[in-house]
Amino acid sequence: MHVKININGKLYEKDVEPRLLLAHFIRDVAGLTGTHIGCETSICGACTVLSNGLAVKSCTMFAVQADGADLVTIEGMAKDGQLHPLQESFWEEHGLQCGYCTPGMIMCSHQLLSRNESPSEAEIREALDGNLCRCTGYQNIVKAVQSAAGKLKRTTKVAAGD
Amino acid sequence: MPQRYVGLAMKRKEDPRLVSGTSTYVDDVVLPGMLHMVVVRSIHGHARIKRIDTSRAQKFPGVVAVVTGEEVAAHCGPVPCAASIPKMKNAQRQLLAVGKVRFVGEPIAAVVATDKYVARDAADLIAIDYEPLPAVVNPEKAMEPDSPRLYDEFSDNIAFNFGFESGNTEEAFKKADVIVKERFVNQRLAPLSMEPRGVVATYQMPDNELVVWASTQVPHLLRTQLAVMLNVPENRTRVIAPEVGGGFGAKIDVYAEDGLVGYLAKKTGRPVKWIEGRGENIAATIHGRDQIDDVELALKNDGTILGMRVKAIADLGAFYSLFTPMIPTLTGLLAPGCYKVPALKFALVGVLTNKMATDAYRGAGRPEATYMIERIMDVAAQKLKMDPAEIRRKNFPQPNEFPFQTSGGVVYDSANYEAALDRALELADYKGLRRKQAELRSQGKYMGIGLSSYVEICAMGPSAAMPGGGWETGSVRIERTGKVTILTGASPHGQGQETTFAQIAADEFGLEPDDIVTIHGDTARIPSGIGTFGSRATAVGGTAMYFAVQDLKEKMKKIAAHLLETTPDKIEFGVGKLVVKGDSGRSMSFIDVVDVAYNAVKLPPGLEPGLDATRFFEPSNFTFPFGTHVCVVEIDAETGEPKITKYVAVDDCGNIINPLLVEGQVHGGLVQGIAQALHEEVVYDENGQLLTGTLMDYAVPRAHDFPEFELDRTITPSPVNPLGVKGVGEAGTIGSTPAVVNAVVDALAPFGISHIDMPLRSEKIWKILKGRKAS
Repeated sequence: MHVKININGKLYEKDVEPRLLLAHFIRDVAGLTGTHIGCETSICGACTVLSNGLAVKSCTMFAVQADGADLVTIEGMAKDGQLHPLQESFWEEHGLQCGYCTPGMIMCSHQLLSRNESPSEAEIREALDGNLCRCTGYQNIVKAVQSAAGKLKRTTKVAAGD
Repeated sequence: MPQRYVGLAMKRKEDPRLVSGTSTYVDDVVLPGMLHMVVVRSIHGHARIKRIDTSRAQKFPGVVAVVTGEEVAAHCGPVPCAASIPKMKNAQRQLLAVGKVRFVGEPIAAVVATDKYVARDAADLIAIDYEPLPAVVNPEKAMEPDSPRLYDEFSDNIAFNFGFESGNTEEAFKKADVIVKERFVNQRLAPLSMEPRGVVATYQMPDNELVVWASTQVPHLLRTQLAVMLNVPENRTRVIAPEVGGGFGAKIDVYAEDGLVGYLAKKTGRPVKWIEGRGENIAATIHGRDQIDDVELALKNDGTILGMRVKAIADLGAFYSLFTPMIPTLTGLLAPGCYKVPALKFALVGVLTNKMATDAYRGAGRPEATYMIERIMDVAAQKLKMDPAEIRRKNFPQPNEFPFQTSGGVVYDSANYEAALDRALELADYKGLRRKQAELRSQGKYMGIGLSSYVEICAMGPSAAMPGGGWETGSVRIERTGKVTILTGASPHGQGQETTFAQIAADEFGLEPDDIVTIHGDTARIPSGIGTFGSRATAVGGTAMYFAVQDLKEKMKKIAAHLLETTPDKIEFGVGKLVVKGDSGRSMSFIDVVDVAYNAVKLPPGLEPGLDATRFFEPSNFTFPFGTHVCVVEIDAETGEPKITKYVAVDDCGNIINPLLVEGQVHGGLVQGIAQALHEEVVYDENGQLLTGTLMDYAVPRAHDFPEFELDRTITPSPVNPLGVKGVGEAGTIGSTPAVVNAVVDALAPFGISHIDMPLRSEKIWKILKGRKAS
């Protein structure tokens, strides 16, 4: 089947088997290997990307289901060589160790902050329930999301001229 | 020179590539013409293989090769085991099963094809005719004479017996006022790194050059083992560990798939990739723990310990992986914990069962020891009606007694156990917590407070105690531009050596961490090495690097002294320069000294050009970090759910290079240890079927399972290495499990409970709450 998928502002077109997983399209067809695969059953969340603004697990979605969609992967987060506040905060707060879950964590946190600009600690922990991390014990991930929320609020205020 | 970077909470140098998705893990390695391997695995816990029909798979379009046991066994050695115990049975297995399978997930055949989907399809076409055999999964049943036997060539399933006695336990138990006993079960766990295992290999003729990319903790060990297994010259073998997405011990092992990928690259003449699926990871990557400990403790009425007896049964699974037989012996070394135990008898039996092999998982033998001593201390406190804090305090060796020879047979390097206990009690407001507990109990609410005072064995280790050697290497090269390149054999998988090693070297040379790059994980670039495990990277690898730095500093001092017309002992390092002591006007810049070293015209007579040094560091002893954790739980009376409401951890890992990274290691360790107490368990049914083969069934903890941990530390430098560091990779895991179980048992004490086996799921607690009335 022929699919057209926009990833990070670039269009990728290909004839694919209907069974091709979106995660494999992103990694093998588009060559964007920042999206990781950790379980193939939607539990670990390492493969989380944004599809039309919603966080989805690309390991349990077929590429054909994303035909026509706008995706954002971890590679699309930094702009003009400047890390996204979430990427910056994960770095500053030591919110990662081996880094394998990190792209999925960042994409999922992005969805949370787009819905709730100042989540509580409990809300962050709840929102990240679909993303497993085996290294950090989650504490610094929670701190990173809180810190990024603060930065994003400030940026929004500046943009709005407050 | 004052420390400018050591001790600073520096952001990690490795993170920009990790947060932006540009780092390279094994699955990101793509080579021209690369084939994909899929492994066909046993669906039975124990069976004879009567026939394997690969004909349909062989003919499937896109398939390049299909291999089975006999062919591979004729060309490759078995899965290696480096550990040995006197008189042990040799339970080795071939890369692919020959004749018989002994656990669910055991590799039977491998398919390589041009595409991973095609390889999967073809694998499904392989027909295997099994004759199922009775399986045995319970190690005590496996020891019985009429048990099914895993190996026809062995008389029984008992792999080995191991034990020792120090002091006179018989006399100690005779003199005792009180003897407490309990059986403690350490359930089987899956290490479960978020990145599963993965291997890519190329084999280049006519030079017989094997290049392997592997998600491993030990690239140099893997290189040696693969060279032997595949009969390739080691000096033509290169192993690259690119970014490694967690290991927790499970990526120390050399696996069947590592050899298979190498063999198939050689056979097909094309690059081959294998990436483990999560189901394969839970079934066929090593497991941890699985030990039963029957413990007796002899005490005086005042709580003084007189002696301890331990009968341990280690369920080794179906075969030996790299260190399998050695891991449970570590439990004996640490059995006395942080207490004076004058007499100790430790008897261990290793048993073969129809399950995946066990091996080193975060803590590796020491969590089992800490769990049993910290639990039995609480059982004793309950019996003697003593406060758990006081019975611990009573038995600590004092700071002036170190180095302290234990009855476990090791010498603890340095400690102040009481200081860590006091700090933890203060931080948790222990007295306030006990008051609150009494109040809540009077209202029919069940809150528990659990303590764990632990010590553990780190910086592994002296070579005498480590199969394959316990040293580590560090190479340091100052480039002609003054930039510094560090090469370490301690290949990391999330620990952050690129940052911590740069901090140490920056302070020594008077440079900035940005001037320093740490290279790891490539046997073609790093001269020699062992790897990262057993909390050894900084204490052993960092020390090797530190000594190489000292060699270069001595050489640079000689050059500077020659040109400044003084003697090397009068030269010291300042920021960016070498200075004559007491005469700051006389100095040479760092880069000018480097220039002289490489231009080689103005060198002192007899001094070689260049600035490049390699050192091997052989530690004289292990290091022994310690601490006290306090856990508070509240039990939901309706559901039995134990909720951790407070967790205080005071850890002492000696000197600290980067507190941010130390805290990160503690957080991660706590979660893994708490998860053993509350959630995780690998379960096989009586036929050897794996019941927890996906992340739906195996309970990896999630963010909402935990409160915010409160951390503090004491600092007792280690005398074993010049950095004074001890290691912190496993401490959180080792210390936390008993703290949680002690808290839950304490909460349920009004029900007359003195022990519950892990994992403490709400169902177990609910049954206790429903079945009994509180006194």
